Amino acid sequence: MNIHEYQAKEILRNAKVPVPAGKAVFTVPEAVTAAEEIFNLTNTNAIAVKAQIHAGGRGKGGGVKIAKDLDGVALHAQSILGMKLVTHQTGPEGRMVKKLLVEQGIYYPGPSPVKEFYVSILLNRATGRYMILYSAEGGMDIEEVAAKTPHLIYKEEIHPIGIQAYQARRVAFNLGLSGQAYSAMVKFIMALFKAFVSCDASMVEINPVIKTSDDKIFAADAKITLDDSALYRHPELALYRDLDEENPAEIEASESNLNFIKLDGNVGCMVNGAGLAMATMDIVKLSGGNPANFLDVGGNANAKTVAAGFRIILKDPAVKAILINIFGGIVRCDRVAQGVIDAYKEIGNIPVPVVARLQGTNAEEAKQLIDRSGLKVFSAITLKEAAELVKKLV
Amino acid sequence: MSVLINKDSRVLVQGFTGSEGSFHAAQMIEYGTNVVGGVTPGKGGQTHLNLPVFDTVSECVAKTGANVSVIFVPPAFAADAIMEACNAGVEVIVCISEGIPVSDMVMVKHYLECHPNVRLIGPNCPGIITPDEAKVGIMPGFIHKKGCIGVVSRSGTLTYEAVDQLTKCGLGQSTCIGIGGDPIVGTTMLDAVKLFNEDPETKGVVLIGEIGGSMETEAARWIKDNMRKPVVSFIAGKTAPKGRRMGHAGAIIGGAEDTADAKIAILKQCGIHVSESPAEIGLHMFNAMQ
Repeated sequence: MNIHEYQAKEILRNAKVPVPAGKAVFTVPEAVTAAEEIFNLTNTNAIAVKAQIHAGGRGKGGGVKIAKDLDGVALHAQSILGMKLVTHQTGPEGRMVKKLLVEQGIYYPGPSPVKEFYVSILLNRATGRYMILYSAEGGMDIEEVAAKTPHLIYKEEIHPIGIQAYQARRVAFNLGLSGQAYSAMVKFIMALFKAFVSCDASMVEINPVIKTSDDKIFAADAKITLDDSALYRHPELALYRDLDEENPAEIEASESNLNFIKLDGNVGCMVNGAGLAMATMDIVKLSGGNPANFLDVGGNANAKTVAAGFRIILKDPAVKAILINIFGGIVRCDRVAQGVIDAYKEIGNIPVPVVARLQGTNAEEAKQLIDRSGLKVFSAITLKEAAELVKKLV
Repeated sequence: MSVLINKDSRVLVQGFTGSEGSFHAAQMIEYGTNVVGGVTPGKGGQTHLNLPVFDTVSECVAKTGANVSVIFVPPAFAADAIMEACNAGVEVIVCISEGIPVSDMVMVKHYLECHPNVRLIGPNCPGIITPDEAKVGIMPGFIHKKGCIGVVSRSGTLTYEAVDQLTKCGLGQSTCIGIGGDPIVGTTMLDAVKLFNEDPETKGVVLIGEIGGSMETEAARWIKDNMRKPVVSFIAGKTAPKGRRMGHAGAIIGGAEDTADAKIAILKQCGIHVSESPAEIGLHMFNAMQ
């Protein structure tokens, strides 16, 4: 599950990871009040006004602005709240900004230069252990750094018994820090790893980590992805879910226990099993169509799940045909076929052709049921036949 | 011969009396698997499906001589179940449960590293089957046919699709291993490929991968230098968008390296026959065997 920057910083603050003073707000007056409090509390010379959406690249899209005074805060809050923020991760339609994070500026002048670092924690799938990735090249697109200058990215793998202090020291030394900034970074890394573990995160990315001009260390930005499978033991974090950030069709699908992801194509797909669902999208593409979605109806495809699947797919006006691909194992194909027929009748007029490919247990009976139903459903038994039917229809 | 399981395997079921455990245990027995008993803490002493129920795995092993376990417990308790089976000396542990927290699996992986003779298959997998001998998992038995192709896959129904094609083109299967769709799994593709390379009954291998992680390419690099049998592969997710989790917890594109196209390119470089279409996996294997 993705969460907002301000929520990620709440987690960090609770785990004693230093973050700038800040507050999430919904209106311009709230933003000004929050800024006033921060000015009084921190003696900072600037306030950052940051759009809160689940996408990176907010700064480049105009969603992060710096104000020197309260008038500036009001002006920026006014311009960002309600804007359609377009970044490389939102797609061209952009995302409506409904919340702001008003935050203490930490790039203030002082005795030593401000520095930006990159630190993230994630799973190393090859070893089954967590690792800290870090670089002195902070504030930049890390994938670009990785592609062009991989030697500038360091890796510290953490043993399952937990992070050791020498590892945090190594990070601080490799980042070129000394004195007070070095000690602050060691503490920062230890606390950050503990925060990662305590919330069952699957990824924490702090880009940039800031060394201030007076040698303090702060998480200037924060991105945390939580492990969905572990949310049951963090009910307080499950409340961080923000439905405004999700596709409405995906929300509806999750309510029917369907796994749905919206794509940009013209062939709706309904499949049992995630791997087969991906393979079905691939064969649609090979056949000259484009998949409109990923949809896994799971191990118990019946009339109810098929009907829910139809409704969700048909919300997308771009869909020109629907391909149902079920490999019946424990699930009997004739039951699924009956489900397709019942769902079809229940919904009434399905305006696009449907190809039903039912293979496995009782596949022949399923084909007969569909062929005899008189509905605009084309039946197929092999995946190849289904793909060829789709090719004709799009 | 076959790998991991055969007709002599003595199988115990963890989560035996639950609805999933009961249903699939009955299916396994019907297939001819030698299921010897099961474990449900608190129900020890009862009889279920005409077999004894035990409170602990170690008691079940001591009384029945079980050497394979299949786990159907809810994900919150699955890591514990795996470690209990490992501690009881079970040699092959198959974990079907889906949705185990990743941090739990980090611990399990470490625990298993301390028990090098134990092999975990899964979690989040359909299990293993050696046709006509033993089925330890949830796959439909009837689509399989005894034969000479080893199948290793991160998926469930997509594996059935490939198996069905292999059956229909007459090759059949030696053993099929569903290694699971999670980011951390006990047995990797490379582990499975090595087992098949040593198995005299396996003449060729089908490797079904998908986006995310690097297991396919690790296996491919080993295959290039060591494999003595033809390998055919299909990689699902050419059309998957970056950064989205495609159903399986482990099926997510993180960078340029773990896309389907990147994997396919490396597999081809390593001499693996890649089927671009999921409908032609059997055909490619058939041609490779000629």
